[in-house]
Amino acid sequence: MSKFLKVLIAVSFIASPVMAGSLGLGRAATPDEVAAWNTDIRPDGMGLPVGSGSVADGEEIFAEKCAACHGDFGEAVGRWPVLAGGHGSLSDARPVKTVGSYWPYLSTVYDYVYRAMPFGNAASLTADETYAIVAYIMYVNDTVDDESFVLSNKNFLDIPQENVDGFFMDDRDKVEYPKFSQVACMTDCKATVEITKRAAVVDVTPEETAAAAAEAKMKVATAEAAEPEATPALDAELVAAGKKVFKKCKSCHKVGEGAKNGVGPQLNGILGRAAASQDGFKYSKAMKAEADAGLVWDEAKLRTFLKKPKAMIKKTKMSFNGLKKDKQIDGIIEYLKSVSQ
Amino acid sequence: MTHKPTRRGFLKAGVAAGAGLAAGQAAAGNDPLITETQEWRQSLGFGVDERPYGLPSEFQKHVKRRSVPWLTADPISSINFTPLHELDGIITPNGLCFERHHGGAAEYDPASHRLMINGMVDKELVFTMEDIMRFPRENHVYFLECAANTGMEWRGAQLNGCQFTHGMIHNVMYTGIPLRLLLEEAGVKADGKWLLAEGADASGMTRSIPMEKALDDCLVAFKMNGEALRPEQGYPLRLVVPGWEGNMWIKWLRRLEVGDQPWHHREETSKYTDLLADGKARRFTWVMDAKSVITNPSPQAPITHGPGPTVLTGVAWSGHGTIPQVDVTIDGGKNWHKARMSGPSLDKSMHRFYYEFDWDGSELLLQSRAHDSTGYVQPTKDELRAIRGTNSIYHNNAIQTWFVNKEGVAENVEIS
Repeated sequence: MSKFLKVLIAVSFIASPVMAGSLGLGRAATPDEVAAWNTDIRPDGMGLPVGSGSVADGEEIFAEKCAACHGDFGEAVGRWPVLAGGHGSLSDARPVKTVGSYWPYLSTVYDYVYRAMPFGNAASLTADETYAIVAYIMYVNDTVDDESFVLSNKNFLDIPQENVDGFFMDDRDKVEYPKFSQVACMTDCKATVEITKRAAVVDVTPEETAAAAAEAKMKVATAEAAEPEATPALDAELVAAGKKVFKKCKSCHKVGEGAKNGVGPQLNGILGRAAASQDGFKYSKAMKAEADAGLVWDEAKLRTFLKKPKAMIKKTKMSFNGLKKDKQIDGIIEYLKSVSQ
Repeated sequence: MTHKPTRRGFLKAGVAAGAGLAAGQAAAGNDPLITETQEWRQSLGFGVDERPYGLPSEFQKHVKRRSVPWLTADPISSINFTPLHELDGIITPNGLCFERHHGGAAEYDPASHRLMINGMVDKELVFTMEDIMRFPRENHVYFLECAANTGMEWRGAQLNGCQFTHGMIHNVMYTGIPLRLLLEEAGVKADGKWLLAEGADASGMTRSIPMEKALDDCLVAFKMNGEALRPEQGYPLRLVVPGWEGNMWIKWLRRLEVGDQPWHHREETSKYTDLLADGKARRFTWVMDAKSVITNPSPQAPITHGPGPTVLTGVAWSGHGTIPQVDVTIDGGKNWHKARMSGPSLDKSMHRFYYEFDWDGSELLLQSRAHDSTGYVQPTKDELRAIRGTNSIYHNNAIQTWFVNKEGVAENVEIS
């Protein structure tokens, strides 16, 4: 037998049984690793950690971490999700689907808040904070009416959501498929045809008009004209590092060409800008008071603010805890300079 | 002139094209593009390494994903749309595949990626990307359609362009390993009837998937159209759930938990449930039913060449199988014609159809109607509304109508 054939047989002998069963790939997950990622909650309470939080605590946390997008009472800012109200509206022409009116299980609220909120700072809440936020969302939906109500892993399943029975399993196979599996008409299917609705009347399609492009060009030209002096060279590495850190900020603050105000004011040219001076943004009273007192965002002031926003301006509506590392702050400042050039 | 992206642009283009056509045909003289030596015929082009990762021609800049800013609160948790009217065949180029992410597109080193399997299994396991690359691979072409595709059209014709009405879809070839092999490696326990898939991004996206589907045809994919997944498509690893709504195709896939019941998480209760007129909602509406759309002509792609030979084309797909037949009408459904299917007909993949006709320059009402391999025929908007009402947001697979006027300009309309 040739060497080649021997090798071939040996290979197929080894290879085939291995492919059929377990490959022995991967390694055992440790209990700590599973615990770190396995945070999901089910309607039967599976996964709920030990903990508790009151409506009153929740109100405070919500005001600090959630209200910038969802409004103080879950009524929402702009197009962010409405969390409260809409009770009994599900069969209306314009239903309002909120946590109170639509979500079938409270476990979903806990799971989602703990998993994905606050937007831009996910996985930062403690179990107690999450219970408190969920309790507050129950409160603004009138599911509970006592501010001293405490939600915990022990009473979590006691109060059902009002729309718990509002869902049923997909039934298209019975209700739709037979109806939509008939022989289709091919000729002389109708005598007349009329246009009944037109998109042009609604006119909501985004346009990239020449006018908009010209306007954008004008803005660039103006900005260039306004800053004729040479700007100091930036540290490219620091700018790149800062751009990464800015991910923490960008859910609320926009920068760069055409940046608009969002949940927070746009930050082009923030260095050297007077506080609360961005047109069209609704600043907190606290921020306006600082502006009246002459606050200008120079590098030192910005540094202090970014370190711990609420330590500098107690009632700022910026719901951000601050940057722990000076290096992160260095980066952000360099990045903000770069986008303003 | 023929590729201006705006609607007003199209109006002008349509009119100008009419004039251009007359000039072109009437031209007795010579075409200087032929009789005069052009710059690119004389001087050298760019060298081999100038674009080491190739880019489209600079004359294709209008071919891009577009968003509808008013749809969402913020561009980070948002969506954009595939420019279907610029594409042909059945494969979507990776850079044009629509994006939908809920906490921005995470981008991190694949060496830092881990996939965990936990819950009701014999062995709770952790895999690196290197481990995953050692499993046997498969290649499949599948469409991925967002359940909200065409969701803005429930109440009436709203957005002018198939990119916006039907662009939450893409169709690529995935390379990955059968999910079944990973689950077998961990050993699913007898009561393990459900799977929770979870992403590693800032949204930590989760969906419950019945075990039957997980063991059937789902893939854990790392390549699309031969290259690594794009970051916005879940690089380095995503779930592929053939024929089922796009939200279930968890990107940045980091965990698979086996359980005995579904989790009812946010994306399968608050979202991706279909509210009917009586206030009750369907849940677990996973499969994407048969659907089609004419991509050319359409509002972003008017007829610019005037009367005469005209190519009508579009795409069709079904989460239940293949598309053996598409019918086309140019008179608003009085008479239908079998379109010509061209290109591979693959299970749960996009199909391409053509209908060539001699346009007489009169007004047209264009529709396409897909038949899938189960015998299901794509319904009209009114047929769907009769069952679903107008508040269900998701799973609008109704027949689309484009009105084409005498100048060749197309508009999104509804008809009787």
